[in-house]
Amino acid sequence: MTLAKRVIPCLDVREGKVVKSVQFVDTKDVGDAIDMARRYDAGGADELVFLDINASHERRRTMVEFASRVAEQLFIPFTVGGGIASADLAGEILREGADKVAVNSGAVRDPRLIAEIADRYGSQATVLSLDARRSGAGWEVVLDGGRVPTGKDAIAWVKQGVALGAGEVLVNSIDRDGTKQGFDLALTAAVADAVNVPVIASGGASSAADFATLFAKTGAEAGLAASIFHYGELTIADVKRALLDAGVPVRPPERALA
Amino acid sequence: MIAIVDYGVGNLASVRKAFASLGARAELERDGERVVRADALVLPGVGNFGHCSRELNRFGLAEPVREAHRRGVPILGICVGLQLLFDGSEEDPSSTGLGLLRGWVQRMTGAPRLPQIGWNALRLTGMHPWLRDVRDGDYFYFVHSFAPTPAEQSYVVGGVEYGGLWCAAAGGDNLLGVQFHPEKSGANGLRLLRAFARATVGARA
Repeated sequence: MTLAKRVIPCLDVREGKVVKSVQFVDTKDVGDAIDMARRYDAGGADELVFLDINASHERRRTMVEFASRVAEQLFIPFTVGGGIASADLAGEILREGADKVAVNSGAVRDPRLIAEIADRYGSQATVLSLDARRSGAGWEVVLDGGRVPTGKDAIAWVKQGVALGAGEVLVNSIDRDGTKQGFDLALTAAVADAVNVPVIASGGASSAADFATLFAKTGAEAGLAASIFHYGELTIADVKRALLDAGVPVRPPERALA
Repeated sequence: MIAIVDYGVGNLASVRKAFASLGARAELERDGERVVRADALVLPGVGNFGHCSRELNRFGLAEPVREAHRRGVPILGICVGLQLLFDGSEEDPSSTGLGLLRGWVQRMTGAPRLPQIGWNALRLTGMHPWLRDVRDGDYFYFVHSFAPTPAEQSYVVGGVEYGGLWCAAAGGDNLLGVQFHPEKSGANGLRLLRAFARATVGARA
């Protein structure tokens, strides 16, 4: 036995509701976030990622309160991300019981954010979330779901982020997000080969086979998806069965607490 | 009551909330006198061993934890809280552990990627009453780059395979440290915390 590959549902949260965007633009409500999180926990999710896409000035308080509520009801690891631009806010979220915070545009704007969070709370709590799009022979870092190009090379940025203290990298392929064409294997493999910390692939999964392919072809430790799980097109159990059949180590279903 | 040793480090809220979900009262505690007199102690810890060791000492809580152990107060160490039970760690050789178990904490050389983050199977290699509801091969959530090398195999009750077999649970009478996070290991982790609560503060849990 060995370390299991992880299957992670991602919940885009706005005011306590899960919403799903298609290429980050067109959003629809799909249900109460905590209820969905509990269902995923019961269904065998290895971990959860919550991305807050609330734009209101109240977001800081709502993110911290949300993390607190999740930690009261879920006893598996979870990550909170979305607009985290200070180590203080990261600390508040972690103190409420989140295991990790994901930084994205805040870190691109000021890379010291990664080092501040990692120095205070540890690399294990610091996830670098990368939004990247194909650009020539490589990939470019983009912000705001692809609307804002940065001119930064994605692989160089990930290396810099890990050197600053990021303990995990969440790779979001903007080219694949919402397309159901499968994970971006080239991008994920390039990132996993460039750094020695765990890599989570995100964007494009539409079938259990996509997860099996991800783990066969890249060094990713985890695969993340949103809409296919939210709309019941695929269950965590479906994915894990396919992975077991493909010889990929996964965490088996748990015995109920009783 | 279960006291969670609060020296400002670790996922304290998650541990408290996990016990609360089981109906067991656990409170954060930073008063040394009350740590010594607690019904049971949880010693958490995450991140760097040296930082944890220095903070535990700076808060004046290292000696109270040792004294509690001498008095037979049950102690559960989690993650770096397991590592702190030993003499020290090569992560920061200038700092010291509590010395309740003889041995040294070492980097997991030969592991594929560090830190090990994720779910791995616990190999039960010994017996401990607080692991009574855990089965060999049950999965738990790990986040670590270092693991203890106990001086005596008799301390070791569980291991984890990650580029080698590493000590993942060690202890003795009234003492258990686990490298994984039971508060984040779903039903398997809650079973361990429940067994600890039942054995130490009674049937309320």
